[in-house]
Amino acid sequence: MAILTASRTTAPPRPVARRRPRRRVPPVLLAFLLVPLAVEGFWVFWPALQGFWLSLTNWDGVSAPAFVGLGNFGELAGDPIFRGAALNTLIWLVLFGGLSAVGGLGLALLLQQERRGVGFYRAALFTPVVFSLVATSLIWQALYQPDGLLNQILPVSWRHAWLADPDTALYAVLVPALWRQVGYVMVLYLAGLKGIDPTLFEAAKIDGAGRWQQFRFVTWPQLRSVNSVVLSVIIIDSLRSFDVVWAMTKGGPYHSSELLSTYMYATAFQSLRLGYASALAVVIFVLAFGVIVAYLVRAFREDDQ
Amino acid sequence: MRHKAFHLVAGTLSVLWLLPIALVLLTSIRTFDDIAGNGLGALPHSFSLGAFDEAWNAGGQAQAMLNSLLVTVPTVLLSLALAAASAFALSRFHIPGRRAIILLMLAGNLLPPQILLVPVSKLCELLGIYDTLPALVVVQVGFGLGFYTFVLQGFMRAIPGEIQQAATIDGAGVVTIFWRIILPMTRPALAALAALCFTWVFNDLLWAITVLRTGTVMPVTPALLGLQGQYVSTWNVVAAGSVIAAIPTVAVFLRFQRHFISGLAIGAVK
Repeated sequence: MAILTASRTTAPPRPVARRRPRRRVPPVLLAFLLVPLAVEGFWVFWPALQGFWLSLTNWDGVSAPAFVGLGNFGELAGDPIFRGAALNTLIWLVLFGGLSAVGGLGLALLLQQERRGVGFYRAALFTPVVFSLVATSLIWQALYQPDGLLNQILPVSWRHAWLADPDTALYAVLVPALWRQVGYVMVLYLAGLKGIDPTLFEAAKIDGAGRWQQFRFVTWPQLRSVNSVVLSVIIIDSLRSFDVVWAMTKGGPYHSSELLSTYMYATAFQSLRLGYASALAVVIFVLAFGVIVAYLVRAFREDDQ
Repeated sequence: MRHKAFHLVAGTLSVLWLLPIALVLLTSIRTFDDIAGNGLGALPHSFSLGAFDEAWNAGGQAQAMLNSLLVTVPTVLLSLALAAASAFALSRFHIPGRRAIILLMLAGNLLPPQILLVPVSKLCELLGIYDTLPALVVVQVGFGLGFYTFVLQGFMRAIPGEIQQAATIDGAGVVTIFWRIILPMTRPALAALAALCFTWVFNDLLWAITVLRTGTVMPVTPALLGLQGQYVSTWNVVAAGSVIAAIPTVAVFLRFQRHFISGLAIGAVK
């Protein structure tokens, strides 16, 4: 699950302190700020810098790291497992991200109106969000077993060892991840839809707009900011996806469900190639960088209002 | 008729969504012989709570649950305490460069965790806390802080300045203003973040398997993988373990439903 920003629950934010000139910052206040900053600095920023440095070394965790320049990245370029994992991550981004966005929006549109039973439907679709991805994986692994429910209800010719076949493993892992993510995106869109001024729809109706036109010319433009939140969330979540793959297939069989995140973890903590793994992490960082910056720019602008 | 169509579509989807959950519940109350004899996808022919007993005691979930609480509760408290403090300083006072600091802190939370895994595990070894629960607590606190600070400072900025000025005139110090005025007014946001933080930390796998190694110190979520390895194809025990592992977050969700949803959703409305 990812990051969201909040602040609009009571009144629109309003800068407070700026209007009177301040004397120096009291020492207690300085501690209020510096202690958390030091904690984050020590456990996030400092390790992150080390991570970048390690990607330029051949460290194995035991002997001293030796500087190898961009050697790891050169090796990555010729590494077929890396290429497969990168392709899978792209597939994951398109299918996991795309389908959860479309599905979440569809469900939100279906369930936006308050009426009888709608609370139950929303709760049913949201429930998987609170499960851990590991528990989710185990639930679905039971479904996928040769004698599991899925193979029971499918016609005989369709029966299949879904997780054991390199052709289907990635998609078999993707379904549980979607099962959980769709409800989450639905909640985001439900909140966005709730925020649209109902008089806009009335005006559109008076102008003779049909249902599709209302969606196209009122709902969709009004959802612009939610769309950008959802976009950031699904990209960041896609690149972070790890648990569900690790719990179900560990990236196998034959790396067929390998994502960059699982390959990185296995390289670091199973093959103990810490330098090479750090280079993989840097690649993931570079892929996420654009989204992070876009997200921060948006946060920056909203913080200003 | 439109009404019927709506309930048909929404009802079918809900049943589909709940089906895997129903199935895991049904599997958890079956006996091993029933599953072996009639197949995993068959309807139950038996009823027994033995799988829960097995998972909880022999499977080590009792210990794992304790570990989870020992990690999750301190992480939630520490994260919110530290984030509230920094958010207070950043939102209620004129700190030079405050916006840059806020964005820097948020940026830390947006980093892909992969870039931190190797250095963090080595840092824990260096400090001698590798493979202990405090390591997991500090790592999770550090990584989450930026996000919680960002949310809380936005919330605190919305509190009118007059209240604080009145208190200052009455001679209240920084700590009093924080503790007696701002913090109580931030309660809804704190509740929402506490519910979210609990769920995230409780459900975490990646950080746990990065700083922990021994089976007996693993929290419930990573321990589930161990349970699965221990009880290969004993699906009733694996299912019971999954149910047990899901209970705390489901309970938090049901208890704090409104906060939970608003915590997820407020961001989307901006």
